[in-house]
Amino acid sequence: MISSWLLIIPLLPLAGFLINGLLGGRLPKSVVTMVALLAPLASFAVVAQAARAVFLAGEALPIVATCPFPWINVPGLHVDFSFVLDQLSLVMLLVVTGVGFLIHVYSVGYMAHEEGYARYFSYLNLFLFFMTVLVLAGNALLMFVGWEGVGLASYLLIGFYFTKDSAANAGKKAFIVNRIGDFGFLIAMFLLLANFGTLSFAEIATKIAASPAISGCVITSIALCLLLGATGKSAQLPLYIWLPDAMEGPTPVSALIHAATMVTAGVYMMARTHVLFDHSPTALTVVAIVGAATALFAATMGLAQTDIKRVLAYSTISQLGYMFLACGVAAYSAGVFHLMTHAFFKALLFLAAGSVIHGLGGEQDLRKMGGLWKKMPITFAVTTIAVFAIAGFPPFAGFFSKDAILYAAFLQQPFGIVLWAVGALTALITSIYMFRLWYMTFLGKPRTADQHAHESPWSMLGPLVLLALLSLCGGWMGIEKFGEFLAPATGALHLESHLPNLEIILTGVAVALAALGLLVAHIFYSAKPEAPAKLATTLGPVYKLVANKYYVDEIYAALIVKPLLALSRFVLEWVVDVAILGGLAWLLGGLANFAGAILQKVQSGNLRSYAGWLAGGAAVMLVFVLVPWDFVGLLCKGFLMIVLKGAGH
Amino acid sequence: MNFLLQSQVPLSWFLVLSAALFVLGVVGFLIKRNLITVFMSIELMLNAVNLSFVTFATQWHAVKGQIFVFFVMMVAAAEAAVGLAIIIAVFRARATLAVDRIDLMKL
Repeated sequence: MISSWLLIIPLLPLAGFLINGLLGGRLPKSVVTMVALLAPLASFAVVAQAARAVFLAGEALPIVATCPFPWINVPGLHVDFSFVLDQLSLVMLLVVTGVGFLIHVYSVGYMAHEEGYARYFSYLNLFLFFMTVLVLAGNALLMFVGWEGVGLASYLLIGFYFTKDSAANAGKKAFIVNRIGDFGFLIAMFLLLANFGTLSFAEIATKIAASPAISGCVITSIALCLLLGATGKSAQLPLYIWLPDAMEGPTPVSALIHAATMVTAGVYMMARTHVLFDHSPTALTVVAIVGAATALFAATMGLAQTDIKRVLAYSTISQLGYMFLACGVAAYSAGVFHLMTHAFFKALLFLAAGSVIHGLGGEQDLRKMGGLWKKMPITFAVTTIAVFAIAGFPPFAGFFSKDAILYAAFLQQPFGIVLWAVGALTALITSIYMFRLWYMTFLGKPRTADQHAHESPWSMLGPLVLLALLSLCGGWMGIEKFGEFLAPATGALHLESHLPNLEIILTGVAVALAALGLLVAHIFYSAKPEAPAKLATTLGPVYKLVANKYYVDEIYAALIVKPLLALSRFVLEWVVDVAILGGLAWLLGGLANFAGAILQKVQSGNLRSYAGWLAGGAAVMLVFVLVPWDFVGLLCKGFLMIVLKGAGH
Repeated sequence: MNFLLQSQVPLSWFLVLSAALFVLGVVGFLIKRNLITVFMSIELMLNAVNLSFVTFATQWHAVKGQIFVFFVMMVAAAEAAVGLAIIIAVFRARATLAVDRIDLMKL
């Protein structure tokens, strides 16, 4: 029963996209809103129904739905439109459609007075379509369709205010940087096809299980190519640079695409192909290092940002690093657990930031905020929950998932303790910059004289409250139960240690670090407001380095972008345009001139010369017809033979 | 013509005569400067062709060749009418009939 319903989940947002995209300009706003909200709501209802069947009626997973006709069917390659609902995609779908629907509702209030209302919602529905395709895909190629599609939707929505230069450029940057990652994904698919002859995830898993002797080198290269794809989509080192710029899009977009769902696609993809990573310790190590390094690196960059959305963007990169770290120590379910709780509290943070920006009439600079708790009490309350959740205070959702990741990292051999230390340090920094944001926005005194701040409408606050509830309770089921549920899809989670009380000690340390972060932020941004500036002058160059995001953008620009631009300008302008096209035009023109110069001599204007040409032509043709060429040939041959014989003698 | 053929004059003689007339026409066309002589050379070529037409028509007992000769003669007559009219017009305009002098389309 459910299998036929699986197709409905992506098709509903697609219908919403088509209706609003094609007719949206002519429909009344209320109809646009209704279509835009109904599509994700209905999808969520289908997913919830499926979840109910699984949890209550004990429906067996995975459920596979395959289109009756194949997609590609040539010798050596068979690809179906197959959708798979297993534990992993069920969790992901609940997050995508659930959080997606809440953000749609929020957008109705946030975008109410914007131009391009229908366009905005059609893009948002398009994104949900591709995201559900990505999540449900039963083979790598179909996943790639969703993968590219969400990239497209992301591009369209980052550049939503396309008349703004910075927004258009940010969209291009996101798209181009993602291409590098997609290149890795494509190579991985080619390698899969060459070595396993199939792209279906289930078949790859069976084939690997059936032949344990399969070359480790092949699997490592496939896994590393997949990792390259994941670093592009999930904004990890070295391809993270597009995400902070992506904040040019409308804030709900940042919440949905660049925090909660799309950027987690890389994590989801690694969990989906975990069989490959499990068979390659090298690849796993690389994943863990990339994750840990990104987490720490991005967190330090978040410390010195002054744009509220950019702080959250670096925080997202950092939290995605945690998820990669979890995948790197083969604790995929811990990664997915953090993915889920992060979707709740980070979407909440972004939406609350949007509420603040909305209330302040477009102000995004933290230095101009302050004291908003009185004017925006509900936004303040939900942000508080989200900040405590991301900092890792119990009993909020983030505590459980972050704790699980740090514990899993600690247990990794042989250098788990290093990974854990990096993770714990990141947790401390996370706590500092999140409470910094909290203090600067809501507490203290208003920093600008003219403030007409007002609380947002209920269409925006409603989703905030629901997400706050999820951020509070989202982790209460605990990693054991969650891991047990996910085990059939992502492999069992092994979190046993021979040391007694290890988990409790690690948890205590993590909570203590979070509390320390709160204390530091309190001293710097509440008790001694002059301290940050003093510290900045003391640290001098280090502060400048961090505030300028380690100059990574500048380094990339100098090392890659500029040479590439110069090269392509050279190739296109001088080689293609001047040499090839210009040369060809010159050659053709010259040829015509040359032929004309010769042929014009024929046109002398002298009647008798025309007659002469005519007669000459007739004579040539006559000779051609009348001369017995065979005979002439024979004569020549005989003559040649005689001459050669004479020469031989 | 029939009696000529029956009088054992070989076919080739007729053809040689035809070719000789044609070549005379061509040469006249190429070397003469007077427009009227050039025009007459054209008539000579046409009639040389006519001669070979009737020769073969008699040889193969095919009437097509005879019919074609009438066509050629008709066209030649029309051409003579038009051509002479043009020649008179040219002479009135240019006061000369030298071919080399009338190589411009415009007056």
